[in-house]
Amino acid sequence: MSKEEEKDLGHGMFGASGTGDTSGYGGLVRTATTKGSSERPYGGYFDDVADDLERAYPDFSEAIERVVVDRGELTLHVKREKLVEVSLILRDKLLFEMCLGVNGVHYPTDVDRELHAVYPLLSITRNRRMRLEVSVPDSDPHIPSLVEVWGGNNWNERETFDMFGIIFDGHPGLTRILMPDDWRGHPQRKDYPLGGIPVEYKGATIPPPNERRSYR
Amino acid sequence: MSTFTDPYAASRDTTEGRVFSVTGGDWDSLVTEIGATKEERVVVNMGPQHPSTHGVLRLVLELEGETVTELRCGIGYLHTGIEKNAEYRSWTQGVTFVTRMDYLAPLFNETAYCLGVEKLLGITNDVPERASVIRVMMMEFNRISSHMVALGTGALEMGALSPMIFCFREREKVLDVFELIAGLRMNMAYIRPGGVAQDLPKNALSKITETVKELRRDFKDNEKLLIGNTIWMKRTAGIGYLDLAGCTTLGITGPVLRSTGLPWDLRKTQPYSGYENYEFDVITADTCDVYGRFLIRMSELEQCLRIIEQCVTKLESLEGAPVMVADKKIAWPSQLALGGDGLGNSLDHIREIMGTSMESLIHHFKLVTEGFRVPAGQVYSAVESPRGELGVHLVSDGGTRPYRLHFREPSFNNLQGTSAMCEGSLIADIIGAVASIDPVMGGVDR
Repeated sequence: MSKEEEKDLGHGMFGASGTGDTSGYGGLVRTATTKGSSERPYGGYFDDVADDLERAYPDFSEAIERVVVDRGELTLHVKREKLVEVSLILRDKLLFEMCLGVNGVHYPTDVDRELHAVYPLLSITRNRRMRLEVSVPDSDPHIPSLVEVWGGNNWNERETFDMFGIIFDGHPGLTRILMPDDWRGHPQRKDYPLGGIPVEYKGATIPPPNERRSYR
Repeated sequence: MSTFTDPYAASRDTTEGRVFSVTGGDWDSLVTEIGATKEERVVVNMGPQHPSTHGVLRLVLELEGETVTELRCGIGYLHTGIEKNAEYRSWTQGVTFVTRMDYLAPLFNETAYCLGVEKLLGITNDVPERASVIRVMMMEFNRISSHMVALGTGALEMGALSPMIFCFREREKVLDVFELIAGLRMNMAYIRPGGVAQDLPKNALSKITETVKELRRDFKDNEKLLIGNTIWMKRTAGIGYLDLAGCTTLGITGPVLRSTGLPWDLRKTQPYSGYENYEFDVITADTCDVYGRFLIRMSELEQCLRIIEQCVTKLESLEGAPVMVADKKIAWPSQLALGGDGLGNSLDHIREIMGTSMESLIHHFKLVTEGFRVPAGQVYSAVESPRGELGVHLVSDGGTRPYRLHFREPSFNNLQGTSAMCEGSLIADIIGAVASIDPVMGGVDR
């Protein structure tokens, strides 16, 4: 139903798939996959959600980049300029009363869409779930804040800023929340090293986790 | 103005007036000094090392007399980077990390995570029934032990010492059950993608039945002590008010949400692990206050016991059934063995891989060091933890490690409600309000 788009994610050593190479030194390429759009019917209540949103929001086709249904979950990829408008409609017309926060994901190889912000939504009235996803380039990491729509996103947006450096425009006080105020860098980004030191045990040295063999 | 310098109570002039910083020591000189100024705006740091803030939580209070005019939380003191660390370990090793987030509810972290991994793998329906029943039973026991800490420390923070003694007595019994089944009392890493780490030991069901009986008898002690107690009521009734609109706006779930009268419990509304097959009630209150949340937690204990009893019945009929998915590419090569010092290698399995079967050894080595691959994609799975909706957002790139792991911690979101609950109330009521949210800082900061 959906086509997959593969992205290069760097190179590893182990885990040949589809070839007879079991030496582990095949020079393998790691890729990240993002799901392509799904086609109707989406199944379950997902069609209702899409229909309702289309009716309530005339700019639907312009604002929603992709509709993805995967593993029984609905994801709407929204353009950042339209995020607040779409959220208001989802809250007021489609009764998604609760936003369960925002989570960042960093795809360094997804050119011009490196940083993703993912918002899980919950409708208590209709017992439904869905997800909004916004992607922005690393060079311009601005997303409008949803604190005005769902007040509970305040801390979550601060956390995502802290961990990924996504700047939420219009947030009442976008400061670091988990890391110290004078911390440099954003720890959850893929280009931020995990750190750690080698450990010696009975004469053998074990490298820190991010320098160990990686399998794919 | 005092003539000597007090090393614990310095004062300095700023553009906003004279600022006094107190770090302990003799208050008398400071009180005299503050009395000389006209303004009565006091900013007090409560915590992070304060016995009544329920962990390393820092509250910055702006006071007018004893009334709180503004409250802000400072968190992050327990941030350990678990989410980042998990990106460098296999999917199975992830369990060992996530169990340490909300350390009072480790089994909920494990279950939420494993349900997410299973959803990504597409094996949700392949998890054996016996494994699901064990998961439910362990979670309900965990809910009891977590509520016991919430009630015990909550009462302790407000000055009632006896409930704490009763609560920890009960919690100890639950931890004994954990020790018997999983080998550890906390951070068990017992629930694994595809099932559970090992089957129940032989004497487990009789011990559980006995424990349930004892718990039901002993819960009465706390009920007699606190329900309707005049002093307790004065400290809790009408305190920490937060209504339904406030809860939905701030994304607050769990007992705080149910204290507004809304019967929202994921075990009923969006069942997982077979919760639809159990009979239990969702407890609500309509008072929106600390007392309501306290009553909810007290009544939920009995519902937990009801579910555990049903689990025992089911487990009796499922004796000998598998507790791990049949797929040998996912399931751990062997069940672990429980020894006197906790979970360890199964000697039978060691004998097989070291002595008889080379193929078993290769399989064991590949699966344990390399792990299994999880198809690319993202999922969100949620369970009803003792504190509310515990959600896991998992992203896989198709490899043997999580690409991104994020926990939607109920403590983190619920703690945002503190300002709404406390501003305008007295300092003493903050303690009750924070205790009724029951934040666990290990979960908040991760």
